[in-house]
Amino acid sequence: MPFNTLFTIFVVVIAFCFFAGQRRALKLKSDGSSLHSLPFYHGTWLIIVGVLPALIILLVWSLVESGIVRAVILSELPTSLMLVSEAEKSLLYSEIANLAYGQTVSPNAEQLAPLADRYNLLVSLSGKLKLGLALIVSVIGFGIGWLRLKPDFRARNSFESTVRIILMSCASLAVLTTVGIVFSVLFEAMRFFDTVSILEFIFGTHWSPQIAIREGQVGSSGAFGAVPLFVGTMLISAVAMIVAVPIGLMSAIYLSEYASPKFRAFAKPLLEVLAGVPTVVYGFFAAITVAPMLRDFGEALGLSVSSESALAAGLVMGVMIIPFVSSLSDDVINAVPQSLRDGSFGLGATQSETIRRVIIPAALPGIVGAILLAVSRAIGETMIVVMAAGLSANLTINPLETVTTVTVQIVTLLVGDQEFDSPKTLAAFALGLMLFVTTLCLNVVALYVVRRYREQYD
Amino acid sequence: MSRSTIDIVNRNLAKRYAKEKRFRLFGLASILAGLTALCFLLVTIVSNGWGAFTQSYVQLTLDLDPETLLITNPLDDDQWSYANYTGVIKQSLRERFPDIKSRKDKKRLYQIISPGAGYQLNLLMQDRSLLGQTVTIWLPADDDVDSVIKGHIDRHRPENERRVSDKTLSLIDELVNSGELQRKFNNVFFTAGDSSEPEQAGIKGAMLGSFFTLIVALLLSFPIGIAAAIYLEEFAPKNKWTDFIEVNINNLAAVPSIVFGLLGLAVFLNWFGLPRSVPLVGGIVLTLMTLPTIIISSRVALKSVPPSIREAALGLGASKMQTIFDHVLPLALPGMLTGGIIGMAQALGETAPLLMIGMVAFIVDIPGSFTDPATVLPVQIFLWSDSPERAFVERTSGAIMVLLMFLILMNSIAVLLRKRFERRW
Repeated sequence: MPFNTLFTIFVVVIAFCFFAGQRRALKLKSDGSSLHSLPFYHGTWLIIVGVLPALIILLVWSLVESGIVRAVILSELPTSLMLVSEAEKSLLYSEIANLAYGQTVSPNAEQLAPLADRYNLLVSLSGKLKLGLALIVSVIGFGIGWLRLKPDFRARNSFESTVRIILMSCASLAVLTTVGIVFSVLFEAMRFFDTVSILEFIFGTHWSPQIAIREGQVGSSGAFGAVPLFVGTMLISAVAMIVAVPIGLMSAIYLSEYASPKFRAFAKPLLEVLAGVPTVVYGFFAAITVAPMLRDFGEALGLSVSSESALAAGLVMGVMIIPFVSSLSDDVINAVPQSLRDGSFGLGATQSETIRRVIIPAALPGIVGAILLAVSRAIGETMIVVMAAGLSANLTINPLETVTTVTVQIVTLLVGDQEFDSPKTLAAFALGLMLFVTTLCLNVVALYVVRRYREQYD
Repeated sequence: MSRSTIDIVNRNLAKRYAKEKRFRLFGLASILAGLTALCFLLVTIVSNGWGAFTQSYVQLTLDLDPETLLITNPLDDDQWSYANYTGVIKQSLRERFPDIKSRKDKKRLYQIISPGAGYQLNLLMQDRSLLGQTVTIWLPADDDVDSVIKGHIDRHRPENERRVSDKTLSLIDELVNSGELQRKFNNVFFTAGDSSEPEQAGIKGAMLGSFFTLIVALLLSFPIGIAAAIYLEEFAPKNKWTDFIEVNINNLAAVPSIVFGLLGLAVFLNWFGLPRSVPLVGGIVLTLMTLPTIIISSRVALKSVPPSIREAALGLGASKMQTIFDHVLPLALPGMLTGGIIGMAQALGETAPLLMIGMVAFIVDIPGSFTDPATVLPVQIFLWSDSPERAFVERTSGAIMVLLMFLILMNSIAVLLRKRFERRW
């Protein structure tokens, strides 16, 4: 059923439920009984019982439907096609789906034609069942709700407790997202570690996932050693930090301690523009402008700088992180009580001495937290490195050479045509797991440190 | 005693003041460094991308002869769609330059016009009364010609080192001198989808893809974010579960965006079987990504509503839910809207998670709904930035300028909203 029709029906049913409930309540009222709740709530009550359960059924059914159809179809594959691998099965399945949509170009068209019919049948059957069930539930709910509409019925309370549950489930979505991330990454990573040992992955120094696929072998040995990726990520992040931390920190100090309010009002938003520029723009800038510039500059000095050097990506990433460091440190520095400054000035210290000997030590935990958050940002940054850093996994700490990073590899492994079950794509999830765990640890520590620090001066 | 102390102080004073000055200068220099980087970035993008908004066009007089077009039966639609439009263009070029005889030179002559010009003629010929007539129209020039006109190709280099031959250059000069080759506003850039020919490539498809994706993200993330904020700020009991939710939200705000892409790939595409490359899935993934931002800013907005409002409503007999929905929420809404717009701006610029769910395909068609394969503006930028042609560098920068324009627009709306509704209690 087209979406627009469904939506119209939905709106009509909601309106019907609401007005039916409200009219009923007004009728009761005009009959002389005093209502517990306003008529409005009787309307909303009928919406809740008449629409909500049906809506949940529709949603859940739609989500599991395609999986069930798939399982049924694949279990009915002709025996000649039964023994194919998981990846080929999914290929066959999409072929069947395409046939069902009326596309006729397929190598196995004849063999699969009955299955395509079966597919169409299943899909339409499922759609009818789904709508029918939703309708029945809706009518039953409406009926039960209608019978409960009495003058002393606490419609408002029922409505409010339902809304409260809805609000809570919205808030719990954050937990669900985290659980979803952990499970999706963890499961695929576990499947990867079935074929490649986890020690080899973490401590191996040779990374070339392409080899594994070419030989058609499951993880030809040594191809999935991720150490070069970790080192590359660290190298680029380190370059970024060397740029971002001094500039960001000094900007924050200048803005909060020296700058006139006028200058601050002008410079602070401008610096924050740097944080609003999309990362893909930075990536383009790094690849098209900064990298060639560095290469030419290096040539002039007699150095050989790779055109995809870690330096270019790191420098640009550093620029991106400047406002991140500066606004976090700004908050932290502003939280240092004025009395500490006054005490230091009273003893005759100059402003810079006060800053270096009093304010920074006092703000240190917060600054460290800010830097940790910035590091986690740098490690997880994707587009700049995808566009400006290389693909070849060099194990080097020379920033003038090409390195690759965890995020670059995730993107290259997963973008483009892929079978979902090859170790190549699963490796991306293993890398994703590493990335998630690392950034999570950094964030937890940083947030803890920052919170502790805030409590200290509150 | 006191004299000697002041002596010690005085002896070091000049040094300390110098140090103070240096420190201060260093701070100023840091800010300037940041701003310089910003300026450099913007200037590079604008100077690279300015040219994308104009394009060289060649004026041709076309004889739309049914015989050349191979249309024998004007009622046959197939003949119209497979007609020899390129042949007409080639013929017109030959007539314009009757001196050109050799095969090699003819080939060069044909290459002046964009290879996609035939398609444009096809569109023009939707008006079927044109058959048999002679029309004079402007057709887009090839991207190499365009580069010559815009001065990106150095004429003084030896012929074998540049992309354009001497012969082509002389043809271009002749056309320019007679006014038949001109730079005009590049409306293809705003009305076409992606193409492998730079002069036929536009950002309309990507812009619509971004639009659909953002609509999904907005419709999902704004209500859910506000609901979550209301629960956490107004209703949540102080217990372990609430704490756990809060820790989760704070952590999700700092999870790298690409991880959300992995989630989308594993859960929505592989588990639920939703289609690849569609704005619907992109919108859902971006919703999950921006939710923490929206929840956090909505909570700040709720916090800024003074307790006296709540107390007054409760005192008049409103229930807690009525107090919040009828009195607190309307006052907090502008602040929430500001946060929502900033979250959407963040979503508009996001690329990495969308790469994971397949929104990187080369899609020529312009998407018309939430479930059509589409790409988005930042991904289009990423795709074009890979192309070596100079014309694509220009278009990439042009697309970046459009993207930045939208971001500036959204952020200014947010700032205006904040200014307009800011209230001190």
